[in-house]
Amino acid sequence: MELKHLRKISDYEWEIPQSYRHDMRASVRIFATRRLLEQIADDQSLEQAVNATTLPGVVSPVVVMPDMHQGYGFPIGGVAATAYPHGVISPGAIGYDINCGVRLLASGIEYEAALPYLDTLATLLNAYCPSGVGSEGVVRVQVEELNKILREGARWALKRGYATEEDLERTEEGGKLEDADPAQVSERAKQRGREQIGSLGAGNHFIEVDVVEQIFHSEAARAMGLQEGCLAVQIHCGSRGLGHQICTDYVQSFQHAVHKYGIHLPDRELVCAPMDSPEGKAYMAAMRAAANFAFANRQLLAHSARRAFEETFASRFKKEWRLRQVYDIAHNMGKLETHEREGQRLRVCVHRKGATRAFGPGSPELPAEYQDIGQPVLVPGSMGTASWVLVGTETSMERSWGSTCHGAGRVLSRAKAKKQVRGERLREELEAHGVKVRAGSMSGLAEEAPQAYKDVDMVVETVTHAGIARKVARLRPVAVIKG
Amino acid sequence: MGYEEIEHTADWALRVWAPDLPELLSEAARGMNALAGVKLNTTNRSSRPIHLTAPDAESLLVAFLSELLYLAEQENLAFDSFDLNIDAKAQDGLQLDGVLHGTSIAEISKAIKAVTFHNLHIQKTPDGLEATVVFDV
Repeated sequence: MELKHLRKISDYEWEIPQSYRHDMRASVRIFATRRLLEQIADDQSLEQAVNATTLPGVVSPVVVMPDMHQGYGFPIGGVAATAYPHGVISPGAIGYDINCGVRLLASGIEYEAALPYLDTLATLLNAYCPSGVGSEGVVRVQVEELNKILREGARWALKRGYATEEDLERTEEGGKLEDADPAQVSERAKQRGREQIGSLGAGNHFIEVDVVEQIFHSEAARAMGLQEGCLAVQIHCGSRGLGHQICTDYVQSFQHAVHKYGIHLPDRELVCAPMDSPEGKAYMAAMRAAANFAFANRQLLAHSARRAFEETFASRFKKEWRLRQVYDIAHNMGKLETHEREGQRLRVCVHRKGATRAFGPGSPELPAEYQDIGQPVLVPGSMGTASWVLVGTETSMERSWGSTCHGAGRVLSRAKAKKQVRGERLREELEAHGVKVRAGSMSGLAEEAPQAYKDVDMVVETVTHAGIARKVARLRPVAVIKG
Repeated sequence: MGYEEIEHTADWALRVWAPDLPELLSEAARGMNALAGVKLNTTNRSSRPIHLTAPDAESLLVAFLSELLYLAEQENLAFDSFDLNIDAKAQDGLQLDGVLHGTSIAEISKAIKAVTFHNLHIQKTPDGLEATVVFDV
């Protein structure tokens, strides 16, 4: 799309008016600098955002974040709210990796003191957190037990001794979405999930040990337990094959639903059904089950990370080795939320695909310790570059459906990344910069090279200047585990 | 008949061309194997029947490739030879009946999450059919 079609609101906010295309039902609001816009002008991100405005029941505006890039159907970095209950829910606007998200755990171990043991830590994390294509999880459950996971999410892990109450309090939705229904999940999806619970998988998923490099908001950092110079752990993964299969099943079955409900869309990957239809209700119940699976999955991986920390550090440090949960957030999800628009309270389904919920201070969904500061937002960078901890703001509630960015955002195709970067060489470079690397696939490592991503600092500067998040801390990687 | 990888910022896209629909599906499967870095074992070849129905050709292509993804993940099987028959006059749209030939997977380097419908149109060309499939990875 040519940038001349965009209306500038500020240096960090732009609009594609509803008049741009005849079938738009809403405008598009873009949070980006001119430079970031120029980076994505050549791909299909903005056209995909325009396509998202054709979803029946969409409430203006559809929002896209500065880490946006071309996806399939719906852009990565996109947020679309549809009116409940007659508006639609679209599986493709949530993505195949339902409740892909990030968990952050903080320790009191100083990086300098931990340095001699980081190799051991990386090796143990790699051993205890299964990763790679089709990797099997740390536990294998029968279907009956899996159904409990699908209903209870991270609360299942609490009952089995893999979680603490504090972990759940510091997880979006308490780690459990209500009204999940395993009966709406296919046997195939369950078969895939049964063997993969407690595994990282491959692709862009990772476990990363970071050092808290700089703190920008001391009150928030204190509430989160983040200390400058100390180690923290990020876990990035989702609902594995179970979520992929659920989305595959419903994108296929919704091909019929759009005909049944007379819905016309510019892209078949956007297929959808009214939330109050039998098809829409079935998908929502299945999606929530997948989300619960993902919460439990990250909880099990956190348990494994704690085991690795204990074995590496417990004999050398007192209590500082303990990993306390900062927060766990989803960045691929559809959630029923209440938002205020022009003085009216609206019940909407907020589709976030590659975008993070970023509720401001005072939101009733937040635990007591985060009420004054706002919801923690976790923004992983690319390997070898910084990650960020932010908090949601009042402005994010007003301007972006309580949402902000989710990462650096790709700028280079996987094919180009593979041509430009060799995995072995990248690993040597990262190790030379003090980042321990454990990776199952060198070509997979090359595809996720820092050069393939935008500058995460620029993404964060954009959302903070736009006011839809506030900086808390910058993290620097010291060990990366990838499938 | 053939396939080639197409630039896509986040995911993978594959352009496939073939003289007819059964060959298009077969070639797409071979292309998907190549993208995922699948290497087959050389011994103990086996065959597997396949039966699918779909309302249209695009849906059949997605269903076929999704079936192969499932078999790769759950049974560690990949296929490189296909005998496919498609009945275009079936009551529910298109009906595929056939046999997949392959072996267990010796090596796989990339995970494909799903086959998408994004901008998927099977188009007629002077030489047969052509489509571009986008995979979520």
